[in-house]
Amino acid sequence: MATTTPTAKPAPVHEHGHEAHGRELMHHFESAQQQKETATLGMWVFLVTEIMLFGGIFMAYIVYRWAFPEVWAEAAHHLNTPLGAVNTVVLLVSSLTVALAVNAAEEGNRRRLLTMLGITLLLGATFLVIKGFEYSEKFAHCAGAANPVAWVTGGARLEEKECLVPGRNFIFPQAHGAEAATHGAEAGHAQPQVGPGSPYQLFYFLYFVATGLHAVHMVIGLTIVSILTFIAWRGVITPTYYTPIEVGGLYWHLIDIIWVFLFPLFYLVH
Amino acid sequence: MATTALPQRGYLHDDTPDLGEWIRSWLFTVDHKRIAILYLLAINFFFLLGGLAATFVRIELITPQGDLMSSDVYNRMFTLHGVIMIFFFLIPAIPAVLGNFLMPLMLGARDLAFPRLNLLSWYLYMFGGIFALSAAVLGGVDTGWTFYTPFSSTYSNSNVILTITGAFIMGFSSIATAVNFIATTHKMRAPGLTWFRLPLFVWAMYATSLVIVLATPVVGIALLLVAIERLWGVGIFDPALGGDPLLFQHLFWFYSHPAVYIMILPAFGVISELISTFSRKRIFGYEFIAFSSMAIAILGFLVWGHHMFVSSQSVYSSLVFSFITMLIAIPSAIKVFNWTATLYKGSISYRTPMLYALGFIGLFVIGGLTGIFLGVVAIDIHVTDTYFVVAHFHYVMVGGTIMAYLGGIHFWWPKMTGRMYNEIWGGISALIIFVGFNMTFFPQFVLGYLGMPRRYHVYPEEFQILHVLSSAGATVLAVGFIIPIIYLMLSLKTGRIAGDNPWDATGLEWKTTSPPPTHNFESIPVVTTEAYAYPPEAAARDAAEWRPGSPL
Repeated sequence: MATTTPTAKPAPVHEHGHEAHGRELMHHFESAQQQKETATLGMWVFLVTEIMLFGGIFMAYIVYRWAFPEVWAEAAHHLNTPLGAVNTVVLLVSSLTVALAVNAAEEGNRRRLLTMLGITLLLGATFLVIKGFEYSEKFAHCAGAANPVAWVTGGARLEEKECLVPGRNFIFPQAHGAEAATHGAEAGHAQPQVGPGSPYQLFYFLYFVATGLHAVHMVIGLTIVSILTFIAWRGVITPTYYTPIEVGGLYWHLIDIIWVFLFPLFYLVH
Repeated sequence: MATTALPQRGYLHDDTPDLGEWIRSWLFTVDHKRIAILYLLAINFFFLLGGLAATFVRIELITPQGDLMSSDVYNRMFTLHGVIMIFFFLIPAIPAVLGNFLMPLMLGARDLAFPRLNLLSWYLYMFGGIFALSAAVLGGVDTGWTFYTPFSSTYSNSNVILTITGAFIMGFSSIATAVNFIATTHKMRAPGLTWFRLPLFVWAMYATSLVIVLATPVVGIALLLVAIERLWGVGIFDPALGGDPLLFQHLFWFYSHPAVYIMILPAFGVISELISTFSRKRIFGYEFIAFSSMAIAILGFLVWGHHMFVSSQSVYSSLVFSFITMLIAIPSAIKVFNWTATLYKGSISYRTPMLYALGFIGLFVIGGLTGIFLGVVAIDIHVTDTYFVVAHFHYVMVGGTIMAYLGGIHFWWPKMTGRMYNEIWGGISALIIFVGFNMTFFPQFVLGYLGMPRRYHVYPEEFQILHVLSSAGATVLAVGFIIPIIYLMLSLKTGRIAGDNPWDATGLEWKTTSPPPTHNFESIPVVTTEAYAYPPEAAARDAAEWRPGSPL
């Protein structure tokens, strides 16, 4: 992580050179061991805050799924489950490559380290591309096109009006909506609508916020892995100093774990 | 480090050749002490700004009619006061200024664990502050500091998003500080500094950091959802769109109730240090004070529902929340009793920091006990959203946190600057603040009990006498806050040179020079004693040697 990479410090701090210890040991630490433990602990504490951040969204999810169980089951059908499943595999494999990268760093195998980080970058990018395709599918439907390609080329139109992007134009497909509407009336709720005022929108709102926030974390994760690749290529990483890889890897695993929860909660609840 | 350390100069020592270098040496510093000074300046600026907003509120309330401002402007004014004071003063005040300065010194470390993260936290704070300020300049925000939905999400036409963004960014700043403190406390303690030899200030900061880490992200996401709802008109908190406005209140208070412990726990830490030092006695019940901080941190997460007794929350959950709220009184009382027991047979010297500490105990007892009143469902329903609540939390926040903050600033001023402040003016202003504070807020208890609702700028004439009293008290209070600014700034030039340990205190921070060198210690200290190792006979000896005008 950035906290342990050596950079220039203000001149007055340097009363002595780095001869006595490795370049990477910052001056306020006693030993490399202490520096490593501190960095790892700091990352773990930060990961706790990340879990609490997503915790707020999970809380909202619980509240509304509890309130509208049949809407949730219904709405989940309209997400692209195969693509979601592929993305899950992609992320799980990327976690493996990160773990292997840490191992390679520990063993001082620079070539394997770079390869593994490179594969991680590729997998992370693949995830974002697939996710982007899923999003654009939803936006294309709002524009009336059958799929994103048709949206750009002006090809096939969507037969049934559908717009699952939350907002004023939100329309959940009529047939399903009417069915659930009767359920809702039986349960004594106010008549659910299929437009922007319907609880269907809440599902997609949470879907876009949760996966969007996750995608933001993916971008941050990719940036971190890129930096790690760069410093590994520069030869900063040695068997005695591979804390950045380990700490960055922790962050990557967290993003992965959050997706492991998001996937069933949104795609598989029907 | 294996290398021999050369004698170092104080962290304030300026060896930059020109102005540009000098600015860089401050704005790009990774020295926790310089960052603490940056925070000190920024936080005090925001304090004065929040105080200015409060001034306008109090001026408006002198007469029963709304003659100074319209109700809309009044709403924006008290919101500005609340947002600035809570997010940009009370939450960061003691951790970011005193905590930043003292944690490494008290732990016998050269710096915090992540110095650059520390600098980043200051920039995040400033960045968030700029957002909140620009919201104020562009017309303000009228939701109150609580941003309750659906008003904040659907109906308000003020700068909600800008303000929320400011609070959101500022949240990351406190998270960065908290992560730093936790890692530093765990891993950077000097040899021999076991957990039960830590100063109680460190225990308090550690408990605070845990609360920050667990609570702040939740308000972050809640505020983010409000912003998204406003931007795209989707209704996660809007009942008209299927959403639940109470969910916002739950998420908000899940942070904001623990946040009041983020504000008061550091104050407890400061008071423990002051009471022990100026009684010349080891603190009474060290373990109890340390663990009561942890107990407050944990219980603080289980009481947020007492802010929602009059919402549609289930009456059974209200009862449970009410019960746990009472439980919090136990660790709080443990602290007060232990401080009092420390005073017993101590050699008490009424120096300025001690005046603040003693004032703190009195005011916190009133603030805490009225908190128990409010924790009782029946009484709370009677006084909900009245000035009784306003008076209660000002007793805890101003009477507690600000008294401790000022006491701490005075106590560690010689360490931070190397100079003594003017003791006479210090004592005078501490007394003025105590009197002004009580005059401002005690009438508000009465007002609230009689039925004066908060957040109204017009009121029935029978309340005027109490409001005038309160506004007059606020003037006295303002004078009390301005005097220290003057004499503390003067002390930088004319203050007596303090020496390393002007209070004859025991903490590690007093073992190094004043001001401390960049790396804090000539060599890392080895700790062999408890934190408050005042010799048992210290009090008796002081009493025997006391002469008029002796320093302690």
